[in-house]
Amino acid sequence: MPIPLAATEVLDREFLTVREKLLDLAATLDRIDRAEGVVDDDRMEKIRQSLQLLIGDGPDRAQRLQRLFSLPYNEGWQADFGL
Amino acid sequence: MYFFDPHIHMAARTTDDFATMAKMDCLVVGEPAFWMGYDRSGTNSFYDYFRQLTEWEPKRAANHGIQHYAWMGINAKEAEDVGFAREVIALLPEFLDRPNVLGIGEIGLHKCTKNEVTTLLGLIDLAMAREEQMLFHTPHLEDKYLGTRMILDILRADSRVDRSRVCIDHCEEHTIRPALEEGYWAGITLYPTTKATPQRAADMIEVYGPERILVNSSADWGPSDPLAVRRFMHEMRRRRHPESLIRRIVYDNPLEFFRGSRNFRFVPPEQD
Repeated sequence: MPIPLAATEVLDREFLTVREKLLDLAATLDRIDRAEGVVDDDRMEKIRQSLQLLIGDGPDRAQRLQRLFSLPYNEGWQADFGL
Repeated sequence: MYFFDPHIHMAARTTDDFATMAKMDCLVVGEPAFWMGYDRSGTNSFYDYFRQLTEWEPKRAANHGIQHYAWMGINAKEAEDVGFAREVIALLPEFLDRPNVLGIGEIGLHKCTKNEVTTLLGLIDLAMAREEQMLFHTPHLEDKYLGTRMILDILRADSRVDRSRVCIDHCEEHTIRPALEEGYWAGITLYPTTKATPQRAADMIEVYGPERILVNSSADWGPSDPLAVRRFMHEMRRRRHPESLIRRIVYDNPLEFFRGSRNFRFVPPEQD
């Protein structure tokens, strides 16, 4: 089902919101850098991978981002549980 | 336009919220049993909570012209102690025949453990034995994809399940497709930080269409918004979607799903 708006109209509506979110993200990463100590944490790697995903081409970015932050699914879980 | 909030925890909300929702044309709420923010110390606490959902909350809602329905169950966060969960499940039949009860919910998984699965199988067995509708909670954040797939595996393996009488709730971009493709209702929860926004819910409607999708606030004791469904409606209007489409999602769809329950006695609003 198509969105009834033109792409330029969507961008016009959302540009400032996107800019705000990107600035928030940039400031948060700066804050982590300025804070004492070094972060050695898988979550930082997830953030880096997310940014790579966002600048790439292709549809379903939200779905792919969700999967990036998800635990893996094991098809054999029922056997593991003895079911 | 009247709307339903098919998943909201009014026991955790004030009477002022009922009043505000009524003023904004909320007609029906569905209230699943859930985790109240702390683990309950005994089955009596559950018993009293089930009474609250079936005796007190319908009256509080009715004072504002809102029709209140409930779901009975033990939530996944308190399902790890299998023995305790069995005692709670034993309480359910007494409440399932009460006039505002739609079925068994919200049930599901939280950390996706073996014990949670054992409790969930007991709840599904009860639902199947009594031909109850079911409402499934899917986990938050990193557990959601795994937990949703596990729940779908469990249901697929049970030939007794009528998928048209099951809602897989709290779906997001990575879980809504399998829920819909397997023939279930899919709930989208509008909830800050951990679930979907009105904008992302509208996106999912545009991608998957309106069929078998419910939109809810799941408003509770945490940061949440009892008017979230209205915000979704506003977002859809901003995008120039037709009123008929919006009505289908916030009124016709929940009405159809709730009608799958033998206890649902909908009173339509008087029309001019």
